[in-house]
Amino acid sequence: MGAPEELPKLLNDCVHCGFCLPTCPTYVLWGEEMDSPRGRIHLMQQHQEGAPLSDAMVGHFDACLGCMACVTSCPSGVQYNRLIEMTRAEVEREHPRSAADRAIREMIFSLFPYPRRLRALRGPLRLYQRTGLDRLVRRSGVLERLSPSLAAMERLAPPLGKAPRLPGFVAARGERRATVGMLTGCVQREFFPGVNAATARVLAMEGCDVVIPKSQGCCGALSLHSGREDEARAFARRTIAAFERVEVVVVNAAGCGSSMKEYADLLADEPAWAGRAEALSARTRDLAEYLVELGPRAERRPLPVTVAYHDACHLAHAQGVRAQPRALLAGIPELTVREITDPGVCCGSAGTYNLLQPEAAAQLGDRKAANVRDTGAEVLVAANPGCSMQIADALGRQSGGKGVPMAVAHTAEVLDASLRGLGPEVFRARTS
Amino acid sequence: MSTSLARLAERFTALLGPDGVITDPVRLRTYECDGLTNHRATPGVVVLPESAEQVAAVVRACAAEGVPYVARGSGTGLSGGALPRTDGVLIVTARMRRVLEIDIPNQRAVVEPGVINLDVTRAVRADGYYFAPDPSSQQICSVGGNVAENSGGAHCLKYGFTAHHVLACEIVTPDGEITELTADGPGYDLLGVFVGAEGTLGITTKITVRLTRVPETVQTLLAAFDSIESGGTAVSAIIGAGVVPAAIEMMDALSIEAAEAAVSCGYPPGAGAVLIVELDGPDAEVAHQFAEVERLCRQAGAFEIRIAADDAARALIWRGRKSAFAAVGRISPAYLVQDGVIPRTALPRVLGRIDALSAESGVRVANVFHAGDGNLHPLVLFDDAEPGAAERAEEVSGAILDLCIEHGGSITGEHGVGVDKSRYMPRMFTDTDLDTMQMVRCGFDPAGLCNPGKVFPTPRLCGEVPGVRKGVHPLVEQGKADLF
Repeated sequence: MGAPEELPKLLNDCVHCGFCLPTCPTYVLWGEEMDSPRGRIHLMQQHQEGAPLSDAMVGHFDACLGCMACVTSCPSGVQYNRLIEMTRAEVEREHPRSAADRAIREMIFSLFPYPRRLRALRGPLRLYQRTGLDRLVRRSGVLERLSPSLAAMERLAPPLGKAPRLPGFVAARGERRATVGMLTGCVQREFFPGVNAATARVLAMEGCDVVIPKSQGCCGALSLHSGREDEARAFARRTIAAFERVEVVVVNAAGCGSSMKEYADLLADEPAWAGRAEALSARTRDLAEYLVELGPRAERRPLPVTVAYHDACHLAHAQGVRAQPRALLAGIPELTVREITDPGVCCGSAGTYNLLQPEAAAQLGDRKAANVRDTGAEVLVAANPGCSMQIADALGRQSGGKGVPMAVAHTAEVLDASLRGLGPEVFRARTS
Repeated sequence: MSTSLARLAERFTALLGPDGVITDPVRLRTYECDGLTNHRATPGVVVLPESAEQVAAVVRACAAEGVPYVARGSGTGLSGGALPRTDGVLIVTARMRRVLEIDIPNQRAVVEPGVINLDVTRAVRADGYYFAPDPSSQQICSVGGNVAENSGGAHCLKYGFTAHHVLACEIVTPDGEITELTADGPGYDLLGVFVGAEGTLGITTKITVRLTRVPETVQTLLAAFDSIESGGTAVSAIIGAGVVPAAIEMMDALSIEAAEAAVSCGYPPGAGAVLIVELDGPDAEVAHQFAEVERLCRQAGAFEIRIAADDAARALIWRGRKSAFAAVGRISPAYLVQDGVIPRTALPRVLGRIDALSAESGVRVANVFHAGDGNLHPLVLFDDAEPGAAERAEEVSGAILDLCIEHGGSITGEHGVGVDKSRYMPRMFTDTDLDTMQMVRCGFDPAGLCNPGKVFPTPRLCGEVPGVRKGVHPLVEQGKADLF
């Protein structure tokens, strides 16, 4: 991605006005210049001028969530997303990490981008949850002592049910309006299979033939957002090849959609792929974005429930998709949408952030959960699996271990419930 | 790091914990400048106190060691008022951000200095109130910084500056004592002296602000003109008709271009100038005056007038103006934000002279102003990669200030003098004036440790007797100042 010679120009776009500060989650937490976008850009400048990548410097880059709230707030058009991605790649190339840090990163990146490996984990994890061993382990605090990252991983895993497999093709109901490809994702597919099923049903009920290529794998979002560029490129090439024959690729996970829209930048330097990457980026749509473009056709049935809509950073800041999910929800009769205070501040999930920076992530999760609870809504709606796990975990923690006090659902699941005429009980049953 | 700084750093760590003290050189450098980047100095030590007691302890420790210190809020100032000292301590108030008290019946709130300006409004908006000072950086600038700089904003034409909205300040004096300055007690108005002193008289640790009732109606229009001159005529006509708008803002073609590039505000294409006029108050009054304003704009030659139908449309009109400074980053690699004041009536003449200056020097100047009170914000554009460009921009920027003084104005309207304009002070004031100001300062800070090197051109120790001199003052001799 971006040639290094571009870096000074991108850095120079920053005029040091500070408008990004209040939107940056880590600045909100710690009030320190070097943990703000402006401060991190300053650090990048220092490195550019010859200061070595010290542990201190890398620590501040690692602490960035990559939420892109600063990109939204910047009046000078600084492309912080590209700056931090370039910097992360440089850190991965140049900066030796501790053995423990390397081990945890290796584990994360050899597990999460591989749906098959995640599936292999499902069985033992279900058993672990159903036998109550999970509660025992948490009470003992043994994982926390061993590795806070491992403990975070254990805590975040959602309660697992059965995982229905989706077919390779779902036919449109009624007259066909479009043929769309659907990305099933990794975590979404294995930990939230209900979301994918709902997505396919909603698309079909709205008149789309849904193609779900078996050859698809990870889109590369986690790798791209962590500076693992080569890995990200490999995932991107595979994803492009898998979806080249559909008019539109619909994505229901914010992080994935955002990285697929960035393929053009990621593969810009590979002549064989640049054009194909650009074409795929142009055809990628978030589910809500696409449904609004398509326009509603299926009948919405009343769903008397109050929901709070959570803006996933990679949807709101990275893709600018804010109005569409709200419009879809508001279009459901008898459903009430509540706004969450400070909607633009990240919940702390941020891809692998809650695994690699568990402490900061937990603080942000607590803030978000408190704001979510203040809405008084019955269901939290989020369009990114990471956010759903993160906020559910924080809500559970705040209830003092008495389970998650409110249901968490994806926009697709709420729409699905309305289109199929299911009552709000379907969500209420989820509160544990 | 000098030994006294090293000793202090140790002491601070004991006082604030390791989390509240920064000594790593790479981290320190991120504090080297505020919103004005052409002055930079890496602080010796940075501290992040969380209470007035901690600020007082830090100040006492500095006083004991004779080490200078500078207070900083969000670091958005535009005159280098929070420029650190390499041999000193930077006291950052960003962690003092609690809203301590909201007293709606008495229309006041008590906040810590690190609270963000707009957060005061957010805290009381549901009750129908807001905090009136609205600098363009209000989404991030701190109330403590507003107090130091006596910040204004687009609406200070009608509502006044920060000074008019601060009822009391708890301050840490330069000898480390915590005391309170209030507006309503008998005796000298020390609060009036403190607000706008640019952090040279002490550090505020708690601010009681006045809350203003949200007006019944707000009406905003955007008028597009062919030229700045006709826009200026409209401004004079509106004020001359006895209307006091909440704000009258003008932008020229270049700044419109920048704002358009940054936030797509959709201002009328082809405009040589746009005027934003906002009226607020009781329905009937606003309705009557708004019609008058519209008529006067058309009379002055407005070719298009847009009236904001709702809050969203109003926000869009304002977005262009409020983002203008930073937006200039889209059309120029670097720029200087100037801040000067002229009598409103001199507007067309001074703008003509700025145009001529720009043409002569080849340096582009974009103009944004609070037209109602003659506060100009010329943005002087340059390419910092080009050798000599920064110096030329600096020269043009200084010449604009000379124009302001020449026309009976001032070298700053609201950004403060800081370090950036201290050298222009002798162009406006005689030595006697400056000495008198120094005496006030010495009353608060005899050791000269509190934000030294700001506001005044030549640092002078408080022991020196001001005013009594033999022969010609060196500054007069050098032609840098005149005695009146």
